[in-house]
This record gives sequence, C-alpha cells and structure tokens, in this order.
Amino acid sequence: MSVAPAAGRLTEAPSEFTDEHVSASACPACLAAPSAEDLARSGDIKGARLILSLPTAHCAVCISDVERALHRHPGVRSARVNLTLKRVSVDAEGTVGADDLIKTLDGIGYEAHELDPGLLSATETDRRGRDLLMRIGVSGFAMMNIMLLSISVWSGAEAATRDLFHWISAAIALPTVAFAGQPFFASAWNSLKAGRLGMDVPISLAIILASSISVFETMNHGHHAYFDAAVMLTFFLLVGRYLDYRTRAVARSAAEELAALEVPRATVLRDGAEVVVPVNELAPGDLIRVRPGARIPADGEVTEGTSETDRSLLTGESLPVYAGPGSKLNAGEVNLTGPLTLRVIAAGKDSALHRMADLVAMAESAKTRYTSLAERAARAYSPLVHILSFTAFGVWMWLTGGDLRFAINISAAVLIITCPCALGLAVPAVVTAASGKLFRKGLLIKDGTALERLAEVDTVVFDKTGTLTMGTPRPENLDALSAEEFGVAAALASGSSHPLARAIHDAAQAQALAVPRLEDIREVPGYGVEGRWNGQVVRLGRADWLGADAGAATATHLRIGTAHPVTIRFADQLRPGAAEAVRALSAQGKRVFLVSGDVEGAVSALAERLGIENWHAGALPQEKVALVNDLTAKGARVLMVGDGLNDTAALAAAHASISPASALDAARTASDIVLLGQDLAPVADALRVAVQARRRIKENFAISIVYNIVAVPIALIGLATPLAAALAMSTSSITVSLNSLRLK
Amino acid sequence: MGVIAFLIPISLILGGLGLLAFFWSVKARQYEDPKGDSERILSDEFDDHPKS
Repeated sequence: MSVAPAAGRLTEAPSEFTDEHVSASACPACLAAPSAEDLARSGDIKGARLILSLPTAHCAVCISDVERALHRHPGVRSARVNLTLKRVSVDAEGTVGADDLIKTLDGIGYEAHELDPGLLSATETDRRGRDLLMRIGVSGFAMMNIMLLSISVWSGAEAATRDLFHWISAAIALPTVAFAGQPFFASAWNSLKAGRLGMDVPISLAIILASSISVFETMNHGHHAYFDAAVMLTFFLLVGRYLDYRTRAVARSAAEELAALEVPRATVLRDGAEVVVPVNELAPGDLIRVRPGARIPADGEVTEGTSETDRSLLTGESLPVYAGPGSKLNAGEVNLTGPLTLRVIAAGKDSALHRMADLVAMAESAKTRYTSLAERAARAYSPLVHILSFTAFGVWMWLTGGDLRFAINISAAVLIITCPCALGLAVPAVVTAASGKLFRKGLLIKDGTALERLAEVDTVVFDKTGTLTMGTPRPENLDALSAEEFGVAAALASGSSHPLARAIHDAAQAQALAVPRLEDIREVPGYGVEGRWNGQVVRLGRADWLGADAGAATATHLRIGTAHPVTIRFADQLRPGAAEAVRALSAQGKRVFLVSGDVEGAVSALAERLGIENWHAGALPQEKVALVNDLTAKGARVLMVGDGLNDTAALAAAHASISPASALDAARTASDIVLLGQDLAPVADALRVAVQARRRIKENFAISIVYNIVAVPIALIGLATPLAAALAMSTSSITVSLNSLRLK
Repeated sequence: MGVIAFLIPISLILGGLGLLAFFWSVKARQYEDPKGDSERILSDEFDDHPKS
C-alpha cells in the first residue's frame, strides 16, 4: 500500500554536503519510499532489537513507566526510551513479538506502534550529524583561541609580539579551516562543476582568500591578518548548516516513521497453507485471504465469502459496499465484516492503487518547481558579491598604480564583510524555530520549503470523509426508535464489529440502555446480524436483506419479526476542531472549498453546517486534481487538506498540502505536513505561523542587507580592519538568530 | 612578556582538553536524546547508577 515503485524513479535525495544547502529535497515521497519496501521484505521480526513508536510519551514519568513495564515483560532484556524521537528500543529474546509489547504498553495507557528497526537505525544520517557537530566543535575552539590572540593585536601589540601572535593564529586557523571548511569546499566545487554560482562559492573563496592573504601578510610583518574572520565565518556558517541538517533529519525520520507504521504484507493461500508474503511478491492468479478489518492488498475478484467493504479512502463514499463471490475489489478498500478469499487480478504496477500513484508522480513536479526564498536570495547575491570584490580589486590596482598586495587585501575584506553569515543563518534558524513550534501544536513539517509555500496560500480545499469528518459514523435518528427497537438493535449490534454496528453499540452504552437478551446471534457476513428475541427473528443489516428501501444516506435497517423495517440513519462525525479551523480560515480571508467523492446530500449538509459556500460532490480523483489545477491557473495558491487515496494526486498538485495521521500512507507521503492529533484546529494556526515565519525570514534578509549597505562601502574604500569585520559578522549573526526566536 | 611563552601553550592545552572532551561526548552519543536526558534527571530511579 505505498507509492514506492512509482516514486522510486525519483529517488535521488540531495545529500547535505555535495549539493547546495539551500536546495530542498525534491520530493518528500522519495524519502519515505524505500522504507515501505524494506518493511515488506523484513517480514515478521522477532527477537531482534524491536523499536516501537510512542506518540504519547512526553515526561519523566512516562520514561520510567514504559521502561519498568517493558522490563517486567518476560523475555525482555533491556528497554530504553528516547524521548526526543518518542521511541523505545527493546532488546528481547526471540520469543517476544512486537504485538505482545504493544499490548503490554496499551495496558498501562501508552499507545505504541511497531517500527522497522533495520529501517530506522539510520546510521548514515547519525554519522553526518556527528560529523557536522565535530566540525562545529573544532571551529568553535579555534575561533575562541584566535579571538583571544586577535584582541591583544587589536589593542596594540607591536612588531615581534604581533608577528608571534599572527603565527600562532595561523598555526591554529589553517588546519581548522582545512578540516571544518570541507562541507563548503565540496559543495562549492560541485556547483562550479555544474556551472553554477551557489552560495558556497563566495563563502569558500572568502575563507581561502582570507587565509592566504593573512599568511602572506604575516610573512611580510603586515598589520592586518584575517585568521579570526576566516574561522569565525566557518563557525557561524556551520551552525546554520547544522540547524538546516537537523530540521531535515527530523523531517526525514518522521517520513520514515509514517511509512513504517503501515506494513504491506498479504496472506496468500499456497497449496492449502496460508503464507505471509510482502505485497510486491503477489502475482495475478494468487489466492489471497483478507480478514475482516484488513486492507485489501491487490485488485482482485472474490472467490469465497461475503462481506462489505469500505472504499471511503479510495472514492470518498461513506456508504459500505456489498462484496460477494464475483465482485471485483480494488486494492486499498477495507474489508469490514466477513473473511474473503480473493483471486488476484492485478498486483503491483498494474493495480488501481498504482495507477493512482502514477497520477501522483506526475503532479509531484508542481512542488519541485518552487524556488525557496533562500535560493532566490543566493541567486541574486552570489554574482553581486563577486562583481563587487573584483571591481574593488581592479579599481584599487588602477588607483594605487599596481599595488597588488593592497588590492588583494581590499578584495578579501569585501568578500569577508559581505559573506553571508547572517544569510546562512537567516533561513535555518527561522525554519527550526517554526517547525519546533508547529510540532508542539501537533503538526509535522515533512518538507523544507513547506512553511514558505504554506505562507503564500490564499485558498484552502478540504476533502470531506476522513478529513473534515472522522470517517466514523454516528446514529442520527435514534429518537425515532422505540426503546424496545433500540434495545434490540443494540443487542444485535454488539455481535458485530462493523463500523455502523459499533456506532449503535456505543450510542446504547452512552445512554446506559438496558439491552434485552437475544438468542442465536450470528453475523451473516456481507448482510448483517441475525438473532432471536421472544421467539421472533430479528435482523439488523443491509436494506436488500430485510426488504427495506435503500436510501442515499448511510443507513442500516432493523426488522423485528415480520414488522415493517425501521431505518437507522447515520451521519459522519465531525472531526474536532473542523468548525473552528474553517471559521478561522475564513476570518483570515482565505477562500474555502469542499470537494468530496461522496453523494451530494451528505456533502451539501456538511458544507451548510460549516458555512462553506463552495462545494463539489461526487468528484473523481482526476476532477479533484482538475479543480486544484484550475484554481492554480487562475492565480490562487491552493492548500489541499485531504486523507484519502482519491485526494493523493490533488495533494501533490497543490501548492501546499496537509493530511491527518489517520490518512493512507500514500496520502501522507504526498503531503508536506502531517497532522498528528485528531484535532483539525492547528491547520489555521499553521497558516498563521507560516506567514509569521516568512516575515521573519524576510526581516532577517533585510537585516543582513542593511549590515552590508553600511559595511561594504567601508570595505570598498579600504577602511575595514579585521576588527570591523569581526564586529560586523558577529553582530549581524546574533541579531538574525535573536530575530528568529521572536516567533510566536 | 616572557610569561606568554608559558601562558599561550597552557591555554591551548586546556582548550584542547575541552575539545577532546567534546569529541568524546559526541562519539559516546550523548546528543542522541537531549529531551529524555533532561527529564531523566528528575527521576530518582537513576540516582545510583545511570541507565546505560
């Protein structure tokens, strides 16, 4: 159940060091894509180190609770909670399965999900983060020591003392620059090879030029050496790069985790025995078993068993559909009541699910077309800096009549002063602060440029089933039933796990209803539940089974004996915060649309309830994409909020997209932001924070431009000393970082 | 001024020791779970021996 193979073609996530650090990952789907496949291959993992995700853990007590409970579990050797990642890794004997541990944790009130350890160990990313930290440590150490020596030079050390201090500085700075500057040099070299002038070219040039001119000056007993500037530049930029890396690593592990939650396996009947295999090993003609509650892994035809299927994630229909021998089912539908045996018609690339994934892959390009603020800034900035520096060099060569040493000094000073310390920190600092803020509100940012794109949104398109509504029905007209009928319905409903039956059962429990005793309760898969009450046959189920009229709305029917059937209608329960979110978005002046694949009645009722004027019912996936593209063509920036497979293409085509955690993983993969909680209200908040974050980024750019406007003329006329450079660099970096933290 | 011949090497060595300690802490994976570590400090369960 994943878009893996389709997205796999694009799997070339840019690596941190070799590519521009400002370039965002081209497609979020690619990051998650391999994980689903790995998972499928891994099969049932027993005995290895188990990793469980703990979305609700948040405090010291949670740590002790979880670790103690797991320790007490027989066969567990050790357990350790990582609160930052909200995971627990367990070292256990071979007999312990993840399911047992999940049950144990559920018993003490912690929700847990199995994650694939092979997939999440992510040693490669760990190594990179540690590598960057080391470089920061080295350059920080060097910067402090050189600064100490530089201060004595600035305060008036003379002749031999100054030379000595310069030599010591050189001895510290040169190895430091050679080691800590590598990420910039590698990236600059790559962009030069590709014929581009990225942000890292002027950075590398400034570092190298500053170091070499300083060595030259030191040898010739010069007054000014820029060792401190070169190392400080490296330090500040590495900090920016580390923040950037951290945000992306968190996003990547989140994407992996979401993919790891859904394990695509299928039960195949081979020579009469049931074998569990990864979904991508299914072939047409295979017989597969689908138990009630499971998702159908491949397109197929029912050969045995009757049931009902929920295809709301595929089409948005809220009404369950009958399935019996001969019916054709699509991958992605959920089997509701009875076990089914399917003959696979199409699996893998040919299945309906994959045709949908192809649609997504095509739409994905909309996202990659976006150029981030940082990229735009870098594009304008790099040529300007080079031109300035070389012009200064040329003009001073001419003015001084060929004083090479002086001209190079000026040229290096210009490069150092203009160097984008603040620019390099401006975006990562804001994005880190904003993602942290949104994470606490329950929103997970999966893509680096998602915040910026979200800030531009002026139109919001909502899906209905599963997004604005919970996708769980609630009985609507129980008042119309007599207490007797309600009691019988509740008693019958308790015998089934069908969502409608569970809804009736829950409603009865909420009212503390006295449920009469029934005899011979049995579920007739695909039809309903049957029992005997006071000698009469009572049935709860589909309209055609009881001889009732099937309406357009979601409904079930009750018949007692030979009496006329009673209809119990259901309405989908509104997602908490949905009304608030729609209201807040309208208040922010955004246009709100509702698009659903469901029938007109259900959609219009919901639109009226939420005060949404623009709604479309019965929309096919292609029509949803068409609507989004249409709005985009008219100049709107669309935010798509949806959860179903039928929304996936629209999610990918939209300018920005959000999906709830309950969504199908294909939908979550296609969207930029995942809503972790049930509540929809943070969506409006996210837009507000995104707008604020974009404003902060722009302010930060403005601050660095102001610094440059003040400092560059000073450097150009040759008055910039190493002291001035150090002051300008550190004040601008600190102002920018502080400004980023102002995010509310 | 002769004193700087001692002072500078001493300050560099001390700083270098700090740098080595930092290297060790990175290698020992002490930055893997900053949030968890700040919470664990509150629990008296780990007072006698820290959890490995």
